[in-house]
Amino acid sequence: MTRVLSKEKLSEEVYRFEVEAPNVARERKAGQFVIVQADDDYGERIPLTIADADPKRGSVTLVFQTVGASTHALARKEVGDAITVLGPLGNPTHIEHFGKAVCVGGGIGMAPLHPIVQALKAAGNEVVVIAGARTKDLLIMQDEMKALADELVVVTDDGSAGRKALVTEPLKEMCASSAPPDIVVAIGPPVMMKFCSETTRPFGVKTLVSLNTIMIDGTGMCGGCRVSVGGETKFVCVDGPEFDGHLVDWAGMMSRLRSYKAQEEEAHHRCHLEMEAEAAAARQGRAAGAAAAGQGGTR
Amino acid sequence: MSDATNESAEALEREARAGLERLAAIRAGGREPSPRDRLAIPPQAMPCQGPAIRSRNMGEVAEGYGEAQARLEAERCLDCKNAPCVQGCPVGVDIPLFIRKIREGDFAGSVRAIKRTNLLPTICGRVCPQESQCQANCTVGKSLKSPGKAVQIGRLERYVADRERACGACDIPDVGRATGKKVAIVGSGPAGLTAAIDVRRAGHEVVVFEAFQKTGGVMVYGIPEFRLPKSLVAAESATLAEMGVRYELNFLVGRTRKLGALLAEDGFDAVFVGAGAGLPKFMNIPGENLVGVFSANEYLTRANLMKAYDRGRAATPLYPSRRVAVLGGGNVAMDSARMALRLGAEEVHVLYRRAREEMPARAEEVEHAMEEGVAFDFLASPTKILGDKDGVAEALEILSYALGEPDASGRRSPVPIAGSERVVPFDTVIVAIGNESNPLLARTTPDLKVDRRGHIVVDGAQKTSVDRVYAGGDIVLGAATVILAMGEGRRAAAAIDELLD
Repeated sequence: MTRVLSKEKLSEEVYRFEVEAPNVARERKAGQFVIVQADDDYGERIPLTIADADPKRGSVTLVFQTVGASTHALARKEVGDAITVLGPLGNPTHIEHFGKAVCVGGGIGMAPLHPIVQALKAAGNEVVVIAGARTKDLLIMQDEMKALADELVVVTDDGSAGRKALVTEPLKEMCASSAPPDIVVAIGPPVMMKFCSETTRPFGVKTLVSLNTIMIDGTGMCGGCRVSVGGETKFVCVDGPEFDGHLVDWAGMMSRLRSYKAQEEEAHHRCHLEMEAEAAAARQGRAAGAAAAGQGGTR
Repeated sequence: MSDATNESAEALEREARAGLERLAAIRAGGREPSPRDRLAIPPQAMPCQGPAIRSRNMGEVAEGYGEAQARLEAERCLDCKNAPCVQGCPVGVDIPLFIRKIREGDFAGSVRAIKRTNLLPTICGRVCPQESQCQANCTVGKSLKSPGKAVQIGRLERYVADRERACGACDIPDVGRATGKKVAIVGSGPAGLTAAIDVRRAGHEVVVFEAFQKTGGVMVYGIPEFRLPKSLVAAESATLAEMGVRYELNFLVGRTRKLGALLAEDGFDAVFVGAGAGLPKFMNIPGENLVGVFSANEYLTRANLMKAYDRGRAATPLYPSRRVAVLGGGNVAMDSARMALRLGAEEVHVLYRRAREEMPARAEEVEHAMEEGVAFDFLASPTKILGDKDGVAEALEILSYALGEPDASGRRSPVPIAGSERVVPFDTVIVAIGNESNPLLARTTPDLKVDRRGHIVVDGAQKTSVDRVYAGGDIVLGAATVILAMGEGRRAAAAIDELLD
């Protein structure tokens, strides 16, 4: 069990947690992830990427979006609360001096991209970051990326920040330019990674993607994370999480991600009802408390 | 074994009391019961939850002997001088002694006798394949020309171990004087826990590293609650903690810390690796990555460790299965099939390429599964899994086999029947055909030698190619049993103790 050291709400659905995890902080490398559990007995084990680490403080930073019951349960944790963290898991990103690297981050994909950009810079690469989100509020880690990257290109679907475009548009222009990237790293929603891979394919630019599939143990036991890559079945936890985006069977991967959609929606619904009930109880409690205080005042 | 019964526990106890009275009458006549008298006592049946009830709950199937049953069963033992049963036990439990103690009514003494060599009797009494180990050698079974009628050693072991647990007066094993040496145990399954106990008893400091949030390894994620209650595994783990064994949960050696660093930087003097089986095997047929296709590891882990059966509370989702196909014929296949029924599947089929006689699963598990309503399709194997437009499994194409001519070994191997393919609807497919080895430790530990299937190579004392590193259990054996893993853990612990002496 580890403790939540700090908590920050980055946008309506996105949270940044700093958690106590000295071993993970010491061992983790760019590209690796952790498995987090909000509750040891009944909690779900969910893979989350590592946004940053502070070995001196013995902590790692996790950024996640509330998409289902388990991420909501996590979001309800407060500073000092206990959670379970296992890691670092998966293989580190292969970092070398490629020359020019374009790193594409969609939504909270910016978080796992952060250590990769750090490592690519440290290896002497020129790094251009394309940051994309649906809307301005969902853009995260802008300051960190601005400080690191040689160039930061911001795009939003609705044009509320940066250019009104999908990430694939600037990516395509860069690939077609006279100074095309030597490598592209794309991390974000599966559909974004798929289209980034399709964008770079005709240009023959090697494209790494980081897959976040369903997994339980994350250590090479359950096989739930399997995905077909280049016609071969791979396990994301021990063979990945990064793969050549041009070889991933995106349709298969995305349908596997939807395996529990019905149950998740039900759980999500239940969890919302519970939250509403809790909020209602709290309101009542406050009202009762106020009433009690009122009585006290008249005594 | 095959005589598990649905007769009530009370009725069985009543019969057993009558049996004991007959023996008392013999003794009142001034003589001890003869071997002939003992051979005439029928093997005591295991009281069980009825199949219709148990197949819809998670409670333990076998309810355990009552005292009279245990005492009468103990009277069946001939107390052979050469004790062939002991030779069949991978950890060498003094079986005649512990049974004699039951006969004498000294239940505490009986457990003590077992615990001299086996500290996890509540577990072994439930999941050991006794019929192919101690009981296979039993003189009683041989005399009656029926191995199933051997003395029910496993049930007796379970009885005395449960009785001790129920009294809440478990002896905590003595720990030797502190040696100042420190040993890391990687994995808290049967191999790891056994090694931890023995190493700790010798007075060394012990830290057990476990990747999951709970201790027990396959005993908590793999073997279902209805065969091995998780509270027992937790109780056994707690006994170790009382001995001073320390657990580091959520710690994956190889990733959270390299194995080499434990020795070089963290002050450990030796390491035992009992990391267990690894990557699940698949059949390499089309459609295995469709939605609704699971490895048995995943299916069982969701249900067991993650408690997904407790739908109101567990956050881990379960796949809504109606028609389930389980591929494979081992104990894990039986566990998966029986679990699927308990999780609400309407129909569960086990598909096995050979005939029933060749199934590697324990006879008792197969019988229990059949009683509960699992269908068995023998001489059948899938050739592909068919999915709908959304990538969701909906049917299996199945090929039938016939038994061919006996080969050199005399075994008739299955031969596919050309043109026998048929398509059968299934929404869930559980692949239970074994595991490859986990590549993680070998990849992150230079010089750790593995064979071509990825299993860690060890010598006769469980020592690996790396100095001060020992290994045992499934990571060495491939898929084996709890008791074989314990045997390896025990051998490694002895070697480690010798090394540190």
